[in-house]
Amino acid sequence: MLRFVLRRLMSALPTIFIVVTLSFFLMRVAPGGPFNLERPLEPQVLENLKRAFLLDQPLVVQYGHYLWNLFHGDLGPSFIYRDFTVAQLIANSLPYSMTLGAWALLVAVFGGIAIGSYAALRQNSFVDYAVMTVASFGITVPNFVLAPILSFVFAVVLHVLPAGGWGDGGPKNLLLPVISLALPQLAVFARITRGSMIETLRADHIRTARAYGLPTRVVVIVHAMRAALVPAVSYLGPVAAAVLTGSVVVETVYGLPGVGRYFVLGALNRDYTLVMGTVVLISVFIVVFNLLVDILYAVLDPRVRYE
Amino acid sequence: MADTLLDIRGLNVRFSTPTGDVHAVKGIDLQVSKGETLAIVGESGSGKSQTMMAIMGLLASNGRAEGSAKFQGQEMVGLPLGKLNQIRGAKITMIFQEPMTSLDPLYKIGKQLAEPMMQHRGLSAKAARAKAIELLKLVKIPDPERRVDSYPYEMSGGQRQRVMIAMALANDPELLIADEPTTALDVTIQAQILELLAELKQRIGLAIVFISHDLGIVRRFSDRVAVMRTGEVVETGTVADIFANPQHPYTKMLLAAEPTGRKAPPPDNAPVLLEGRDVDVRFSMGGGFMGGKKLDIHAVDHVDIRLKEGQTIGIVGESGSGKSTLGRALLRLNHGTGAIRFGTDDISEASRQEMRRHRRQMQLVFQDPFGSLSPRMTAGQIVTEGLLVHEPQLSKSDRDLRAIKAFMEVGLDPATRNRYPHEFSGGQRQRIAIARAIILKPQVVVLDEPTSALDRSVQKQIVELLRDLQAKHGLSYLFISHDLAVVRALSDYIVVMKSGKIVEEGSTDQIFDAPREGYTRELMAAAFGK
Repeated sequence: MLRFVLRRLMSALPTIFIVVTLSFFLMRVAPGGPFNLERPLEPQVLENLKRAFLLDQPLVVQYGHYLWNLFHGDLGPSFIYRDFTVAQLIANSLPYSMTLGAWALLVAVFGGIAIGSYAALRQNSFVDYAVMTVASFGITVPNFVLAPILSFVFAVVLHVLPAGGWGDGGPKNLLLPVISLALPQLAVFARITRGSMIETLRADHIRTARAYGLPTRVVVIVHAMRAALVPAVSYLGPVAAAVLTGSVVVETVYGLPGVGRYFVLGALNRDYTLVMGTVVLISVFIVVFNLLVDILYAVLDPRVRYE
Repeated sequence: MADTLLDIRGLNVRFSTPTGDVHAVKGIDLQVSKGETLAIVGESGSGKSQTMMAIMGLLASNGRAEGSAKFQGQEMVGLPLGKLNQIRGAKITMIFQEPMTSLDPLYKIGKQLAEPMMQHRGLSAKAARAKAIELLKLVKIPDPERRVDSYPYEMSGGQRQRVMIAMALANDPELLIADEPTTALDVTIQAQILELLAELKQRIGLAIVFISHDLGIVRRFSDRVAVMRTGEVVETGTVADIFANPQHPYTKMLLAAEPTGRKAPPPDNAPVLLEGRDVDVRFSMGGGFMGGKKLDIHAVDHVDIRLKEGQTIGIVGESGSGKSTLGRALLRLNHGTGAIRFGTDDISEASRQEMRRHRRQMQLVFQDPFGSLSPRMTAGQIVTEGLLVHEPQLSKSDRDLRAIKAFMEVGLDPATRNRYPHEFSGGQRQRIAIARAIILKPQVVVLDEPTSALDRSVQKQIVELLRDLQAKHGLSYLFISHDLAVVRALSDYIVVMKSGKIVEEGSTDQIFDAPREGYTRELMAAAFGK
């Protein structure tokens, strides 16, 4: 197992390298630069800044330089927030994003599996149709629509929740962002779980369990649920990615000081190193999460063995 | 009767479907006494399984049962789930047709064996485990102390069925329902499982309801027989009576359904049509570009075979013996090595392009009449598809004419050629598959278990069809099957395969009447109960 984990992490390096390379060059293709301000800088100042940040060098040299630093764990200084390195900015904002993301993931996974299983057990009933209609709605409405609507209804109209900001990070501040981030994924989980649960409930080994007089509770929770979770687990990888990219939108809408917001600000201001830093962070995170999914697979299904 | 265990009276089972109700079991009466074995025999769709599923409360969600089925005086039809769960798994247990999927793949067999014991008898986990090991010993699983911690995927089909039997015996039931318990197993394994069941029946004295389509097994195994057809019991009686003196025409038909006749060998000077020398096929599984362990399987191990014009070679063997792989290697449909000649041409190294020229002469019919026909094409399109490649000059109406001829040849109504595969029965689909091969006027047809998925009476018709077509068109067959009765009726030469090698070969008479090798004798004994 350990060898498998190490091998998987090693094989992720080329992926991350490609992501870094593509982002690096794509960003340079975008017009403008970090020092194109509304009021142009004095040419001499601009010249000095460019020299300080190596922007006067050919692109390939800059790229090599970035890779070299990255290889040593150095994400470089921020172009815009001049008093901070990118690593510091990420370290400051990551806890906020982690809290938000973790809650959203928990809500999506456990909520989705519970709702999906319930709908499967009541297949073709009113409850089933109702749940699945809401789930379809959750999938079709993107979070950049959902987040402002929730904010408008609960903050502006009803005045029950704050419209944004982290505050003390309590339930009041987190509720709307977590829901906005979790709901679309919860809907997907509910649908996947419902489908695989219905299939599993028809399986031969479930018939065996019933034929041997096991109570419905045992049949469903012990025998059906575990098999039905396998497809849901395989969707955890994409969900983790979706929560990460979704947090970019949600953090911006609710004005939360997380990594996602720095990503947006960095992109808008052409803060090359900041954007690159968040890209690296996100790709590492997705790789690690996919690895976790594979390990979970082996835990759920004894037939899965990794060398 | 005082010792009646199960008393079924006027039992009906209906399934509601979008196209109306299906009346699967039509008011049947059946009795099972203590300690007796009742066989329920019938072809697919006769309602034999659904009768028992209804009693066990295991009907699909669209099914409902009416009437009466009393077990030890307790009405089972409409019994609330809580009460039902006190009986099933404790007093009535069941083993199923599908040994590969009837156990939960995610739990160790020890846990699955223990579950019903803990549930019904309140055993502790430790006591149940000890009992589970004892049961595994009883059903003759080697090394039970270790195997109790195996997962189902680590066991063969026969072993899994033994585990199911162990589970069925765990709570000392009064009645065991065995729903086609050996159908999915190889003949030698089948014989072992039946032997085990017979032995346990004697030792424990439990009653068994044995559901089967195979009269040969029923004869050896049961006390009484009930014959079912389209939801009705057409005849019941003791085994001796039913076999010696069947009353109902359907019973007579079933008894006569065993394929009969033998094929005369082609003349000695008949030219060799298809020849494989030193045919060898290996598969490697697993492994990838990041490394990992590879598993090599030697599917066909340096085999020589010669098929003459007008000959039928029966290739027999159990699953995994390499018989299908050999058939495909001879048609150059996999990456085997060895020298293969077709007629006068050496096709061992022929490219895909060159092979295309030969393909129309070499056709293939598969086992699965459900999976091998495209569900999105009409039967007529399926049958004529090969003509598009091999006779592109034909017009649409010419092709249609050929389709009509082919349909008539295989005994299908040509008017049905615009229907889709799902509208045909299994036997009819197999006829479509044969028509698809025949329409190209081939010389060799490889028949890969073409009758295995069919009921006996349908099997017999297909065997006769194949025989007629061979006589009419001078075809040569490679007939791959594990069903020795069918092989005997169709082939004039037999090749017995095991683990990729030919164990024994010879004329049909020689192999069936005087087998030399132990393995061949074992196969015969298992198939014909000698």
